[in-house]
Amino acid sequence: MKQFIAFVRKEFYHIFRDRRTMLILLGMPVVQIIIFGFAISTELKNARVGVMDPSNDVITRQVIDRLDASEYFTVTTMLHSPGEMQEAFRKGDIDMAIAFGNQFANHLYSGDARIQIVSDATDPNMATTQANYASGIINAMNQGLMAETVDGTGKLLKAPSGIVTDVKLLYNPQMKSAYNFVPGVMGLILMLICAMMTSISIVREKETGTMEILLVSPVKPLFFILSKAVPYFVLSFVNLGSILLLSVYVLHVPVAGSLFWLVVVSMLFIFVSLSLGLLISSLTRTQVAAMLVSGLMLMMPTMLLSGMIFPIESMPWILRLIANIMPARWYIQAVRKLMIEGVDISLVLTEISVLAAMAVVLITISFKKFKNRLE
Amino acid sequence: MTIKFLIEKEFKQLFRNPFLPRMILIFPCMIMLLMPWAASLEIKNINLNVVDNDHSILSRKLVDKIGASTYFRLNGVSQSYNEGLKEIERGTADIILEIPRDFEKDWITGNNPHVLVAANAVNGTKGGLGSAYLSAIVAGYSTELIEAQGSKSLAKPISVNKQALANVEVTTLNLFNPNLDYKLFMVPALMVMLLTLLCGFLPALNIVSEKEVGTIEQINVTPIGKFTFILAKLIPYWVVGFLVLTLCFALAWFLYGIFPAGSFLIIYLFAVLFVLGISGFGIVISNYSATMQQAMFVMWFFLLILILMSGLFTPIRSMPQWAQWITVLNPLKYLMQVMRAVYLRGSVLSELFPQLIALILFAVFFNSWAVKSYRKSK
Repeated sequence: MKQFIAFVRKEFYHIFRDRRTMLILLGMPVVQIIIFGFAISTELKNARVGVMDPSNDVITRQVIDRLDASEYFTVTTMLHSPGEMQEAFRKGDIDMAIAFGNQFANHLYSGDARIQIVSDATDPNMATTQANYASGIINAMNQGLMAETVDGTGKLLKAPSGIVTDVKLLYNPQMKSAYNFVPGVMGLILMLICAMMTSISIVREKETGTMEILLVSPVKPLFFILSKAVPYFVLSFVNLGSILLLSVYVLHVPVAGSLFWLVVVSMLFIFVSLSLGLLISSLTRTQVAAMLVSGLMLMMPTMLLSGMIFPIESMPWILRLIANIMPARWYIQAVRKLMIEGVDISLVLTEISVLAAMAVVLITISFKKFKNRLE
Repeated sequence: MTIKFLIEKEFKQLFRNPFLPRMILIFPCMIMLLMPWAASLEIKNINLNVVDNDHSILSRKLVDKIGASTYFRLNGVSQSYNEGLKEIERGTADIILEIPRDFEKDWITGNNPHVLVAANAVNGTKGGLGSAYLSAIVAGYSTELIEAQGSKSLAKPISVNKQALANVEVTTLNLFNPNLDYKLFMVPALMVMLLTLLCGFLPALNIVSEKEVGTIEQINVTPIGKFTFILAKLIPYWVVGFLVLTLCFALAWFLYGIFPAGSFLIIYLFAVLFVLGISGFGIVISNYSATMQQAMFVMWFFLLILILMSGLFTPIRSMPQWAQWITVLNPLKYLMQVMRAVYLRGSVLSELFPQLIALILFAVFFNSWAVKSYRKSK
């Protein structure tokens, strides 16, 4: 046991003495949380709107003012011809344009009035969102106008009744992007530290030749491999804690469910990642190879296919299948349920069992692959 | 000229490496094949759970209408709102539509009936768009019903339109990407990411590996100038960047039928400037790192920030003001703007001056820093 602790201490020294890497390991979660929490968002803000208004009457000016007053739009340019509009779009000066028909107010009462919303659809999502908001604002004004419409006899007409939709947004009423991303960041950081760093650390010993010394020492090889995993285990916990603290106090993403189960599930995921790291280290011989394998074949697919940023449901079925093999996908889903939605642990059992199964399989494989000799 | 020999050495080393040439060819293919399908923020296949407390003809017609929509998958019917909520918690439903008990009665008596849409908004975009689509379908249904009654009960015919209940016809025109194809948006930007990864990482790892192995000492004791040495290291990667870009163009056309609306030459010009800048950045990082692991991590750290804040996945104009200020320092942002502008909008050089200046500045800055920070002797 004393030998094991000695090895663990050695590993900690290794990490602390490489100040640059340690700084990045501790600083990366902080930076990522801040970026994901604040900068990555798909909210519509201050879209630049150009207006082409040949009629320039009271009603069109009301519509323009209403759009400008909204936080979603800022009217920046007055356009005087379709050619001017095309050029403004081409130059990227405006994101959306509103074109009114001629003699708008007059046509309003004869049923001929036209408004065209022209959207720069380079980014299809934003184009749809801004067109939706713009028509929403115009329609709201419409209802107002309708209330003033009179019929042939001069009687005030009531707006016809319609079905009213009450919308309730669950768990995240303000639609803050941070709620969606924080679980993803947790999965990414934990996988990065445990899988990537552990594998690189072990392979470095192989590459520099110090592995031979360790292998001939009386310590069981298994123990010193485990001793390599321990510091990264501790480091992951520190990072998990800092991510949770930042999310709760800086991003105001609450932990809606049980903190205890959240930590338990995270520990399970850490086990899975550590065993992945061990597996990679037993398969590769140089640091570059370990980095590339864990970087390209682990991190990039995790970022893309685990549901961290991009919803899995929007992917074609074959990618959805591949996503199911990623441990991070199950972890992120479990964290979303536990932390953001605050559901009971009984509803997360699928994710937990998948992660547990993966942990068992990976640990078995890496133990089997581990060689006592150098070749 | 010594530089000729150095370049020859670099190319030989590159091709003798068992791993790199294959990766340079396969990695772009993999990314171009996989990422456009995966990296989509489009919302599709939303699982809908219906709670129909009315069971009337009117409510059933509404449910049928929603079922016909391609955005939603009618996943199940629940007997109560709480049951539906359990489905959301379980993850089998994303959105609930609850129709109240007196739905048909209210409609007939002229009281506006209410329906409740409850959306799982953990993914804010999904919840927002899902509830917006559902509300639009309900509004459309409502308009249909009014149209059916309207000609009888109102004195003056009001032209009813899917978008408006009154006299204004609102139409939407989508420019540059009329089919709202998300791939058209992502593929040019992915090329930028590929260029960054290949031309940023590889030069950095190159010099640090020489440091680790020890052959850098040999170079340092020769009379070769810093500038020559670094230039010789960079030129093979510029060639690689050029090749990769051409490969990407071919893949984009072959796999997705995407062809730029503007000129290829403009893209090449900007890409060359960009690669100059980003490889200089890679060299700077390797000059300050002693081991490959350090270089790799520092590079990874910066690249992650640069890629996320470049407007690749989420638009820059959605970022808060302070973040938008930071993106001014991000070379990827400019190249991405150029790529999308030329591919989708067919922009010409005169419209892209700010990006040109920015990329030139970056290239000059990073390369001077790279040359200055290279130390031949400690």
